[in-house]
Amino acid sequence: MDKPTRQFHVRIQEALNDPQIRANFRRAMDGLMTKRANMFPDPVELERLRDLGAAVRRNALAQLPELLERLEAKCAENGITVHWAESVDEANRIVLDICRRHSAKSVIKGKSMVSEEMELNHYLGEFGIEALEADLGEYIVQLAGQLPSHIVMPAIHMNTRQIAELFAEKLEGVGYIEDAEELTKVAREILRHKFFDADVGVSGVNFAVAETGSLVLIENEGNGRLTTTAPPVHVAVTGIEKVVENLEDVTPLLSLLPRSATGQNVTTYVNMISGPRRDGERDGPQEVHLLLLDNGRTRIHADPELRQTLQCIRCSACMNHCPVYARIGGHAYGTVYPGPIGEILMPQILGCEEVGALPGASSLCGACGEVCPVRIPIPKMLVRLRKEAVDNTGASPVKGGGAQRSFGEAATWKGWEKVHASPALYRLATRTATAMGGLPALGPLKTWASVREVPKPAAKTLHQRLEERGNSR
Amino acid sequence: MSGSRENILRRLRDSRETGAAVGRDFTVIEDLQWSGDEAVARFTGLMRAVNTEVHETTREAWPAKLAELCVAKQVMRLALAADTPVGQAARSVLLDTSVETVAYSRDIEDWREELFFQVDAGLSTAAGGIVETGSLFLQTGPDEPRLLSLVPPIHFVVLSRADFANTLLEMLRRHDLAAGMPTNVLLISGPSKTADIEQTLVYGVHGPRQLVVLLTD
Repeated sequence: MDKPTRQFHVRIQEALNDPQIRANFRRAMDGLMTKRANMFPDPVELERLRDLGAAVRRNALAQLPELLERLEAKCAENGITVHWAESVDEANRIVLDICRRHSAKSVIKGKSMVSEEMELNHYLGEFGIEALEADLGEYIVQLAGQLPSHIVMPAIHMNTRQIAELFAEKLEGVGYIEDAEELTKVAREILRHKFFDADVGVSGVNFAVAETGSLVLIENEGNGRLTTTAPPVHVAVTGIEKVVENLEDVTPLLSLLPRSATGQNVTTYVNMISGPRRDGERDGPQEVHLLLLDNGRTRIHADPELRQTLQCIRCSACMNHCPVYARIGGHAYGTVYPGPIGEILMPQILGCEEVGALPGASSLCGACGEVCPVRIPIPKMLVRLRKEAVDNTGASPVKGGGAQRSFGEAATWKGWEKVHASPALYRLATRTATAMGGLPALGPLKTWASVREVPKPAAKTLHQRLEERGNSR
Repeated sequence: MSGSRENILRRLRDSRETGAAVGRDFTVIEDLQWSGDEAVARFTGLMRAVNTEVHETTREAWPAKLAELCVAKQVMRLALAADTPVGQAARSVLLDTSVETVAYSRDIEDWREELFFQVDAGLSTAAGGIVETGSLFLQTGPDEPRLLSLVPPIHFVVLSRADFANTLLEMLRRHDLAAGMPTNVLLISGPSKTADIEQTLVYGVHGPRQLVVLLTD
């Protein structure tokens, strides 16, 4: 077992043994599943919407290079500067350059998973620029020195008591207040002044519209709007896959995303930005930048099956409905994107050497595929990525394909194949197993058997019983 | 870096099976229709479900209602547009009250601190209402800048029932926005809120704590 895989298994054990994590996630995920179900009372309408949502995303990916060029041209027309980055290092440098050009000391951030991918806060911090998260959940997680455990609700792993303790410990002049409303007020006051002072706002993007050069952002708190409006400079960071062709294309996605994510009809704010402050306007940033990040996405795009990973609109329904995620929580995965989407996305971004074991963290129950609003066949892709992780052709399209291949496992399956291909060997094997009264609980079987009953073979094999009946066919 | 741009685009072009557009059938959204009273009931119901105050009033009576609400909510200073019909009507009715009106006719840099910390409420005009989701449709611009509906703790909005559309799709088509977008188009569905602390719903985080809709005929 390689090291990252062992770490993954250790984290899983730790999470499973932590009653707080078990309780916090269980309560949250149960609630989210119910809320989503209530939002889609008409199954026929839901399936039609999913068809449309999937078509919008597939259309965008089918024409991705053309649409990105169109987006760039249209953004330029609107006064938005477009940057391209192949790696997170390059992306971080671009953001740093923009900050330096404006002598920025403080950056305020709206929620952005791509910026988590870049570890932007840490990077800017090294250059003396404070990057502060303004989404309440992200703010809490940043204060705790942790990473988000859920892509929509970053602090879902903590309860009110834990957050009250955190605020009392980390925030000057704040006592212990175990009350969500009061804690929210505290954060609002602190962050309002930060918004007022911030030199640059950094946000993510939910959808980028090629037709009009618009950036669409959704949120409930208003921090996204403030981030993109109050500071003199707005930098939006996003993956190259977030583009859609037409303005109308955003409508089914806006209908599917909040309902699938948090069981809301619509988020409080849908913010469509098509440029910096124009002549005669009284506010809005003087500069808007759009940063398009590759970070492995072009490689994912190259394979028609794996490309479906890029259809994702980051709603989190797959993790909300995953029995594994609900039990181990987001941190156990050790990656920016946890849950089923993380299990298929992260090995393709980071490589199978690092996280090739992730697709194994699934019972293949199929819930993720059933709820995905854009019809990503996640269970099928989990199987595909398990295969790529142990690939022996040397031609895997996935980064680090084959890295999880082990001699023992390969030999076991080779043996299994041989036994099942030869009647003589098969009989010998089943008779031996019957005579021994089962397989000895050794090696991996020992671990497996520690929480399960090992199946016992019948006293006689089927062949033997048929022979005793005199082969009376 | 232009090298990165070229590399990304080249790799995408090298992908197999790209290029063909995929058809999209929008009838599932086009089928959503609500008529007259049904639309009003749905819109107001959805808005109230997320803690929005909706007052059904008329084109003539809304300024008086606004004045009454401002006094009741102890609004001392109300920011509004200087030159829109809504801004002018509000100004004339508020002259006789204790509420001071502040026109958003300066660049934000000139009164940033004042707007952030000394204005109690903002008044804006909705370009429409979306029945499906109970959302206000706003187009910001020189008259009604972006921060007017965001920074003050209370946000008043005047909306006419004549400007309802069934869905966002219908609204985008009605205003032909695909042909040209204003710098900022917004859907607002309730006061600012969060559930980031143990999923407890709290209204009023970074945006307005109260959203008040004056729904006219």
